[in-house]
Amino acid sequence: MSKKSSAPAETSALSDVSIAVPSPHATAAANAGLTTEQRIELYRKMVRIRRFEERCLPVYNSGKIGGFLHLYIGQEAVAVGACSLMGNDDHVITAYRDHGHAIAVGMDTKPLMAELYGKVTGCSKGKGGSMHYFAPDLNYWGGHGIVGGQIPLGTGLAYAVKYQGKKGAAMAFMGDGAVNQGAVHEAYNLAALWDLPVIFVIENNRYSMGTSQERSSAGQLGKRAEAYDMKWYQCGGHDIYEVRATLDLALNRARDEFKPAVVEIDTYRYRGHSVADPDKTYRDRKEIEDYRNTKDPLQVFQKQLLHEKVLTDAIIEEIDLAARAEADRAVEFAEASPFPTADDIQKDVYWETDQPKRTSEGRIFFNHV
Amino acid sequence: MPVITYREAIRAALSEEIERDPNVVVMGEEVAQFNGAYKVTEGMYEKYGPKRIVDTPISEAGFIGMGVGASMLGIRPVMELMFWSFYSVAFDQIVNNAANVRYMSGGQIACPIVIRGPANGGTNVGATHSHTPENILAHHPGLKVVVPSNAADAKALMKTAIRDNDPVMYLENTILYGEKGEVPDGDITLPFGRANIARLGKDLTIVSYGRCVVHSLIAAEKMKAEKGLDIEVIDLRTIRPLDVDTVLKSVAKTHRVLIVEEQRPFCSVGSHLAAIIQEEAFDELDAPILRVGTIDAPAIYAPPVEKQFQLPNPERVIAGILKVMA
Ligand SMILES: Cc1ncc(C[n+]2csc(CCOP(=O)(O)OP(=O)(O)O)c2C)c(N)n1
Ligand SMILES: [Mg+2]
Repeated sequence: MSKKSSAPAETSALSDVSIAVPSPHATAAANAGLTTEQRIELYRKMVRIRRFEERCLPVYNSGKIGGFLHLYIGQEAVAVGACSLMGNDDHVITAYRDHGHAIAVGMDTKPLMAELYGKVTGCSKGKGGSMHYFAPDLNYWGGHGIVGGQIPLGTGLAYAVKYQGKKGAAMAFMGDGAVNQGAVHEAYNLAALWDLPVIFVIENNRYSMGTSQERSSAGQLGKRAEAYDMKWYQCGGHDIYEVRATLDLALNRARDEFKPAVVEIDTYRYRGHSVADPDKTYRDRKEIEDYRNTKDPLQVFQKQLLHEKVLTDAIIEEIDLAARAEADRAVEFAEASPFPTADDIQKDVYWETDQPKRTSEGRIFFNHV
Repeated sequence: MPVITYREAIRAALSEEIERDPNVVVMGEEVAQFNGAYKVTEGMYEKYGPKRIVDTPISEAGFIGMGVGASMLGIRPVMELMFWSFYSVAFDQIVNNAANVRYMSGGQIACPIVIRGPANGGTNVGATHSHTPENILAHHPGLKVVVPSNAADAKALMKTAIRDNDPVMYLENTILYGEKGEVPDGDITLPFGRANIARLGKDLTIVSYGRCVVHSLIAAEKMKAEKGLDIEVIDLRTIRPLDVDTVLKSVAKTHRVLIVEEQRPFCSVGSHLAAIIQEEAFDELDAPILRVGTIDAPAIYAPPVEKQFQLPNPERVIAGILKVMA
């Protein structure tokens, strides 16, 4: 284990994961053809997300990360499973719990960590922070802080894909709390009405901040799709094969027939809503422990891949050490990077003012003395 | 030069841009089959078909947000708000997504959307339908704000707006829709941030934009006839970017300023202008900067009261002029 990594590991050795192997979804079309390398890569990505986020904790506690830090720990199979299905013309957008999706689409963890530090080498040059990661070159459109606000945008990505005659789809992720936002329902209607290739992925981790699903939402979340004549799916988010199998169906239908869908995925976060949440008032410790011990997506998949003889103890160890080392290198990179300057504040506001020559005249920024 | 209405000028710009660029899409409530609530898009659906002219459900948050998302991938949506007043239900999509997404991504994303529609009082439609949010929109860096006062500008500025790679908020006026003016055929554009000196003068500068330019010009002619005053009228055309130089040059010539705007006084475009003028041309001023605008209350329905008292009109502009000159 790396010396620098002071974060406690959420999972190390295999414990009493209760999900049976082999996974009933291993033979699904989406999974049957995976190569050994691809399977290992799925596992590695989940481990990299977890080690990255665990590494964030001591940094946050030392005061070097500002604002909110919403950890994805426990939900990794959802983002990794979903994003592993992306083709060239598929797009992803999500809310503020966005570190997992960022790593899943292939972003380098150095600029991700630097962004948390607010450094100019961050993926958004220190202008976005934890909630606002973007990588349009990887078809990753953020990282959005307003609950549900990204869902119309994701619908627009799908609109553009279809308009431009491409064969692709957009996956618009949201939490279980976001389904109660009006903008989400407006987007559902538009997508169904216009046959837009968008998959609305509800990551149902059972809580929106400290409010359980039972206390916030009437009825089954995914079922709301029925009112819009949209197909909906529900699946577990603990077995990455299940996530892939389900989303593969929805994505193919979207790409081939321009049909939107809602996919509700059961998942769970082990950490508080954000790192600032003491997590003492709204759920049982035992509930968290049960999930961690019996449904942890890393352990579930580790067990599956051991069963498949794709992983060995040595490979597991290698992946874990590499992920810890990578997280440490990300911290070193972030530490060594400079902050943006005062001059940088007014850059990246307008496309126009970022060009060598302006297209308009007159004053566009207004400053106090 | 052809004489066409403000409405036709906007339609000409939309049509020409649709023909020029396959990524331009006109969208909004009733823009297609109904021919537009205010007939701006009349005939376009028939001519360009359902891919380019798209009727939306009554879902401003949904369709404006969708347009913002589509623009991130290179579509150039021109979204009609039946009234700008309805921006309030799409406010999050405008100020958090359209205005911020470039910044929060460290400049990786451009958002070439245009949101357009009428924003004015004076048609007795009450407080919910009479908002003039140019000040509120311009408060958000990332957005550009355009308020054309005449047909020729409306066409040229719309073309510039559609070609612009930043989100442009384009505010029209239902009372101007039928106003005619000379508008050149074909491709005309105007850079944002270039004000028009609508009337030359030396005794007082009126800074205005939108329909208030019309009121100001009427008042200026009257003051010339009655008092021999030579009043300069500046039409800002765009609120952000803002042609501060033209305003300051005029102030240096006239030394007196009246701002005429269809805005309530608190945190209006005029408040901002007055702050800039006193910061940068304090020594040029021979009198306090005054403002004529909307009386500070929600828009009243009572038709004659709205027109005569609450909104700016030539009589109220004249009262303002006399006060600055006193
Ligand atoms: C419009 C809006 N309202 C409230 C908040 C504050 N807030 C941030 S996250 C959150 C809970 C959302 O829960 P959920 O959608 O289930 O996502 P999760 O955090 O579980 O991933 C709340 C209330 C916000 N960011 N935006
Ligand atoms: Mg939740």
